[in-house]
Amino acid sequence: MNAPSSVLVVGASAAGLATAEALRRKGYQGGLTVLGAEPHLPYDRPPLSKQVLSGTWEPERARLRPQAALSALDAEFVLADPAVGLDTAARTVHTASGRALRAGAVVVATGVRPRMLAGQADLAGVHVLRTLDDALALRADLLDSSRLVVVGEGVLGAEIAATARGMGLEVTMAGPQPAPMAGQIGPSVASLLAELHTERGVRLRLGAGVSHLSGHHGRVTGVCLDTGEVLPADVVVVAIGADPVTGWLTGSGLRADSGLVCDSRCRAAEGIYAVGDVARWHHDRLGTSMRLENRTNATEQANTVAANILGDDQPYRPVPYFWTDQFDVKIQVHGVLPAGAEVTVVDGDLASRRFVALYRHDGRVTGVLGWNMPKQTRLRRQEVVDALPDLAPALG
Amino acid sequence: MKVTVDEDKCCGAGQCVLIAPEVFDQREDDGIVILLDAEPSERLHVPIREATSVCPAAAIVLSETA
Repeated sequence: MNAPSSVLVVGASAAGLATAEALRRKGYQGGLTVLGAEPHLPYDRPPLSKQVLSGTWEPERARLRPQAALSALDAEFVLADPAVGLDTAARTVHTASGRALRAGAVVVATGVRPRMLAGQADLAGVHVLRTLDDALALRADLLDSSRLVVVGEGVLGAEIAATARGMGLEVTMAGPQPAPMAGQIGPSVASLLAELHTERGVRLRLGAGVSHLSGHHGRVTGVCLDTGEVLPADVVVVAIGADPVTGWLTGSGLRADSGLVCDSRCRAAEGIYAVGDVARWHHDRLGTSMRLENRTNATEQANTVAANILGDDQPYRPVPYFWTDQFDVKIQVHGVLPAGAEVTVVDGDLASRRFVALYRHDGRVTGVLGWNMPKQTRLRRQEVVDALPDLAPALG
Repeated sequence: MKVTVDEDKCCGAGQCVLIAPEVFDQREDDGIVILLDAEPSERLHVPIREATSVCPAAAIVLSETA
């Protein structure tokens, strides 16, 4: 082991915190600094679009660790100070407030930033949802409004639509796909999800792009679709994906290409690593470069990165996993669900709305999806693990 | 070591069961965590710490009092 004398983690969310924890768990005793752009101690993002937005949880409940656990970590948290530059050779990170933090190893965990629509920044009542502050601002606006339009029919858009409907708003979901999450879970299960949203009163205006936002006196009034239809709105949420936060690495000599490009060990350069949503690494088992924006990737990748910082030489070979909660439905996915996959229900049934489905591509298992059957879904995960070396063709 | 779980936070991913099946299980009907052993023996402490860190809902809390 040739551990560095100090480690600087740039990013104080799930991936950054998990890296710090994994280092200590593996016995690292050197200096540890966690630099965060936001003023908050590490908190969890999945509850933002659900429990925090609905008000079921006070924001403090989304904290990732109690104070005692953070203290035991023996790390210095430098918060509310975004990184603005990296000197790769000197392993020194420069911050907005003028700090220069030097370390033996630097871990980039700066996450992603939501994409916006043209003109969005100039209109009040238009939101994105990524941070705790975003969630609280959206909640405050929803409590004062009656009509919400969600632009975006992916995981986040569908969750926000479900939560806002539960809060009693009139909700319309717009986006180019034919059904919510069609790109993530395939057309057959996505059509079930469309049914669920429709039954619960969400108005779906899918299959058309958004052309622009309309406003009056600086406040949004509606969302205009390519078809010419206008969806009236008091509040709009834009959930059309997110881009890796790598702008601050410009001039570092590191390569950013929809994420910080890393080798199979999640290493961007000697002594520089990336973890979580921002990391684009080479999955050597699948033979492709990947970047995963999901919660479990943050902690699993952190484990590998921490081991490699401490002198290990581990490739990162995860089985992708994500889940989503919408209304009273929990959908969980292990592996990948390629377009055109053959879907077979192997446990439960569609009619009772409790099932596990295997996805196959060219006859090979590529993924498993569970709908309100968490334990049974997890028990099928091994079939995806076993098939992992065969997944490469399905990723196309 | 004392282990506690927050059923309300648990998201049913089952990561803890994959890492420490002697300590954690999931309910059949909704997948919520079942704590099998709240004061596990020392040989299980390493996987339990890993499960705690990896839990995607931060639903496992350890108190390390000896």
